[in-house]
Amino acid sequence: MRTLSFAAIAVVLLALLAVPFVPQLIYSVFVMKMLCFVLFACAFNLLLGHTGILSFGHAAFFGTGAYVTGILVKEYGVPTDLGILAGGLVAAALGTIIGALAIHRSGIYLAMITLALSQLVFFFFLQAPFTGAEDGLQRIPRGTFLGVIDLRNDTALYYVVLGIVGAGLWLVWRTVNSPFGNVLRAIREHEPRAISLGYPVARYKVLVFTISAGLAGIAGSLKAIVFQLAALYDVHWHTSGDVILMTLLGGMNTVFGPAVGAALVSALNHYLDPFGAWVTVIIGLVFMTCVLTFRQGVVGQLNQWFSSRRAPIPSAKGQPRSHAHQQ
Amino acid sequence: MDIFGIPIQALLGQLMLGIVNGSFYAVLSLGLAIIFGVLKIVNFAHGAFFMLGAFAAFLLAQYMGASYWLTLFIAPLAVAVFGMLFEFLFLRRLYGLDPIYGLLLTFSLVLVLEGGFRVAFGSSGQPFATPEQLRGTINLGFMILPIYRGFVIVSALTLCLATWFIIERTSLGASLRAATERSELTQAFGINVPRLITLTYGVGVGLAAFAGVLAAPIFHVNPSMGSSLVIIIFAVVVIGGLGSIMGAIVTGLGLGVVEGFTRVFYSEFSSTIVFLVMVLVLLLRPAGLFGREEG
Repeated sequence: MRTLSFAAIAVVLLALLAVPFVPQLIYSVFVMKMLCFVLFACAFNLLLGHTGILSFGHAAFFGTGAYVTGILVKEYGVPTDLGILAGGLVAAALGTIIGALAIHRSGIYLAMITLALSQLVFFFFLQAPFTGAEDGLQRIPRGTFLGVIDLRNDTALYYVVLGIVGAGLWLVWRTVNSPFGNVLRAIREHEPRAISLGYPVARYKVLVFTISAGLAGIAGSLKAIVFQLAALYDVHWHTSGDVILMTLLGGMNTVFGPAVGAALVSALNHYLDPFGAWVTVIIGLVFMTCVLTFRQGVVGQLNQWFSSRRAPIPSAKGQPRSHAHQQ
Repeated sequence: MDIFGIPIQALLGQLMLGIVNGSFYAVLSLGLAIIFGVLKIVNFAHGAFFMLGAFAAFLLAQYMGASYWLTLFIAPLAVAVFGMLFEFLFLRRLYGLDPIYGLLLTFSLVLVLEGGFRVAFGSSGQPFATPEQLRGTINLGFMILPIYRGFVIVSALTLCLATWFIIERTSLGASLRAATERSELTQAFGINVPRLITLTYGVGVGLAAFAGVLAAPIFHVNPSMGSSLVIIIFAVVVIGGLGSIMGAIVTGLGLGVVEGFTRVFYSEFSSTIVFLVMVLVLLLRPAGLFGREEG
């Protein structure tokens, strides 16, 4: 199981590294967009899958990252790398605030509070004098990375995006497979018990909100640099809905399931584009099928399929192992 | 006469507009609250059913020459049947699971319905004529009221009160409330709870469609007319307290008025004020204005 997932990750990584060499097969800007959503979905799933918190306002963080980076790079001439970092930090700060407000409640109420707060963020970006209202921020210069790599070159930009998204995913993986991640799962499974064991649950929740929001912000920042655009759609609740669907489709009880979901949804959007409005209908039908028949998502289902083919070892030792290593 | 430097006519005009919007909010959030109370599902498709109601009315009038009064009955009924079918075939499989799945299933239904209507009719609006009997205006002395707007307010509030009466004061409503509290026990008393649930979903959806028919002459009939509305309706129901019938009606109307007044003082914020109110209410009174604190 473990070797299999490592093999799968290695194959995907090799394929991703090869993308700029086969422009006739795949368009690298499309892969960059996909990578942004991969990071966004995995960051989002820190809350939904690993802590059991449904945030319906994650577009607020994604969009904040995009706008902050856009404004800093375009209006103030801040270097792109610092701009992306700032996008992540501001989004993380916003995540702390929204998280601290939202965790007073749980379940559907929490989802609604995050939705309401993200609508306030949407309003801010619609009305603020420096965001270009309906037009958004256009023609954001890509600049250079660390002062040496010229990001106007699509290939150079591609490897920078790949590197940053890779680092982000590594951080997600480290968070999940850490003592901190174990406590998060304890909160998801049985919150009163986690409290009675003495864990400061509220502080853990705010912290995971902050990490998740910061990474979502970086995903948004990257998106703004790749497309040279930060627009209202990035903060719109539709984007919050999209990321939930991506996560669910990939499998929310896995670390990299959301990545697969994000890739699948981006690919559907990209390749079905010629069908116009039919895309929405098809994606809707895919999700309906997903919710009704395989709620574990693509990766969750594959996991189950592979583990049921090998005889499970019902030993006490084997149990925590399979929990600790969530692939 | 001025209040805070704003002519009273403008203020009353916005108040009237607020009450009209509030009537829509009341009917829609009533349906959403009933569905949540019984099915424990957040019906994200509520706005899509609103849109479906408006389109059903448009199609009935356009292709079958049905009169407005006829569509006002048939369109909600047709949409309710569609909703019950959806509940019976799909939604039913998700009971007892995390409410997230119900939310997601209805969310994907929105994608299918809105996308489908966009394919069929395009994104632009279809005009819908105000029925002849309801054209014109009445002079109320302090302001001029278009008759149709008055009709919307009266019929929406009548429907809300009738629904409230059925749920709170009849035996059908009593079994409904029993099924909400203890569904297994209710079943043991010989009441067909699954059928009651399907019926409830139908009524909630029918209410949304009725609001859609009412809205058709005021707004343009277009595929996305419900998608921004549904978010506001969520906020209304949460502010009123999930599961509270009267709370949903009163809050819907009240927030319409608050929105109207906001439009006078800071018009850009009028579409967002609801969410600010919601955040404040949830922080000060977590169970909502009319809700009971649950464990």
